[in-house]
Amino acid sequence: MPLDRRALVAGLSTSLVAPHMGLAQPARVRNVTDAAGRAVPVPARVERIFPAGPPAAIALYTVAPDLLLGWARATTATEREFLLPDVGSRPEVGRITGRGNTANLEVVLALKPDLILDIGTVNPTFVSLADRVQQQTGVPYALLDGRFDGIAGSYRLIGELVGRRDAAEERARYVENTVKTITSRIADIAPGERPRVYYARGPRGLETGLGGSINVETIELLARNVADETRGGLGTVSIEQVLRWNPDVIITIDREFAANVSADRTWAPIAAVQSKRVHLSPQLPFGWVDFPPSVNRLIGMWWLAKIFYPERFPEDMRTLTREFYGVFYHVSIDDRQIERILAGA
Amino acid sequence: MHRSAAPGLLIALAVLAIGIAIALTVGRYPVAVSDLFDVLWSRLAGRTSTAAPAVENVVLLVRGPRVLAAVLVGAALAVAGSAFQGLFRNPLVSPDILGASSGAALGAVIGIYFSLGVIGIESLAFAGGLAAVAGVYAIGAFLSSRDPMLVLVLTGVVIGALLGAAIGLVKYLADPYNQLPAMTFWLLGSLASTTAADLLPLTLPIGLGTGVLVALRWRMDAMSLPEEEARALGIATGVLRIAIVIAATLVTSASVAAAGIIGWVGLVVPHLARTLVGPDFPRLLPTAALLGGGFLLFIDTLARTMAPIEVPLGILTAVIGTPFFIWLLAGMQRNWS
Repeated sequence: MPLDRRALVAGLSTSLVAPHMGLAQPARVRNVTDAAGRAVPVPARVERIFPAGPPAAIALYTVAPDLLLGWARATTATEREFLLPDVGSRPEVGRITGRGNTANLEVVLALKPDLILDIGTVNPTFVSLADRVQQQTGVPYALLDGRFDGIAGSYRLIGELVGRRDAAEERARYVENTVKTITSRIADIAPGERPRVYYARGPRGLETGLGGSINVETIELLARNVADETRGGLGTVSIEQVLRWNPDVIITIDREFAANVSADRTWAPIAAVQSKRVHLSPQLPFGWVDFPPSVNRLIGMWWLAKIFYPERFPEDMRTLTREFYGVFYHVSIDDRQIERILAGA
Repeated sequence: MHRSAAPGLLIALAVLAIGIAIALTVGRYPVAVSDLFDVLWSRLAGRTSTAAPAVENVVLLVRGPRVLAAVLVGAALAVAGSAFQGLFRNPLVSPDILGASSGAALGAVIGIYFSLGVIGIESLAFAGGLAAVAGVYAIGAFLSSRDPMLVLVLTGVVIGALLGAAIGLVKYLADPYNQLPAMTFWLLGSLASTTAADLLPLTLPIGLGTGVLVALRWRMDAMSLPEEEARALGIATGVLRIAIVIAATLVTSASVAAAGIIGWVGLVVPHLARTLVGPDFPRLLPTAALLGGGFLLFIDTLARTMAPIEVPLGILTAVIGTPFFIWLLAGMQRNWS
């Protein structure tokens, strides 16, 4: 007798899914509403959290490092120097969201997470992804807002989800106060008076973040992005276009570009190059300006503010760095480490 | 078919000359035509220009090298396309038929994956293109058959697919925030980052490969004869084939390394040249080179002037090339054979 394929698939999927469905509904489950308005059924004790991508891993690490199951990509030795040793060395678990899955859902299940935490874009694509993974694995999946101005709110939601409201509230306040301190000090500067900034990526510095892109969120909070006439994500521009923009300041994340730009005759006429205002972003253990788009960009706000408005921000970058790394990365760093970080190592 | 090549060549030359004139005068940075002439004339006369240094900079270091690179890359792709189409006696062959583009692309994405500098990325791309074609040729030669050309093309297609899978793997493993966009941009093709320093590594292999093809131009026509007839004319088809493949691969790899993947030029331009001067290789080669240079220059001028951000060349050539190719197919069967 030929097998009825549909019946077989239905039977298989029931037997595969059912046990996990059972697991997801223990006695004391409470519903927490995530940033997408989904009711996430969270167990009373959340002890193992699977980060869906790097932004979630970093945010969770800063508030509850012990709950982090692993990293989307294994950390490198230089990154681990600035992380808690036993957490920094946790394994690579892949990512569920973003540009393509690298995590195998069976691996996710084998890690027995109590919760999958995703911080990123909240739109119908990722909402349906969250629903599907939650249904397939039986593990509650919370989707949080990854935009820079959503960080404080995401902290509070994490506190709610993992039951550590005080620690999360402390981080949320720190974020809000920092942003408020910095933005209020330049609130009287009209948009037209703010420095015109070009954000350079790629070895030749010709990739840039267009207006409204997540890559230049913090730059646009503090100054004018020369590329904001076009809205979008990342784009390539010609050197002629950069010459025409003639930015006052160039912020880059590319070491090769930063090292070579001052000797490059094509870039020489640009105001930022002439006044030596080309700055390489620190990137240890996580980038200060662009990626991953998580709370690591907060310390970058101070760094950018000091670059854009040196006279208004007399604070010592070393003190700020030491404090931020203590509060968020749980490490105390010495002066030599700070110098290395600030040099863009 | 015998007719004079002169009108066709003149048309191609005119297209290129007009293209260069337009390309030098337009751009995102405003340069007055008088300043442009002053800078160029001063350069030729060996005196300092009266134009602003920034303007001189744009003309001599930014726009000038980019215009030259667009002409070189376009000419190279068209020459390689003409050579491969003649070699394989197939009008649907493009310069990447033996895996040169895929190999170069794999080299480039590996370079980006390991965060190499521009020189490292371009060297790996160039080496990748050469290695891919060498591999395809070696496998094709190993699988001796009665129809070596067919085996070679099929091997090229299969290895190309394998290289495509390897590119996919590297992209999949790449850092999605930094490396993946860089790879995507590279694979779409662009001349945005061309500098004067890029011209020499571009010119040498292209000059060498084109030189070999020019030297072999009279023998190329014999490749369109059945193998036995060519042999009867005393032409060693095996040696000739290797020489043509090496020359065309040098040319293709150098242009892909400098500009990324730019489709269509190598496929469409040889057809256009054929409609102008007929299929005889000695006429076809210079016409295709001039037209290819003019065509890519036109496309690149659009790419850098349409918007503040660059439009990838691979996208523009396909958008413009597809309807053009369909139009050609509708009316040009007469020129084959």
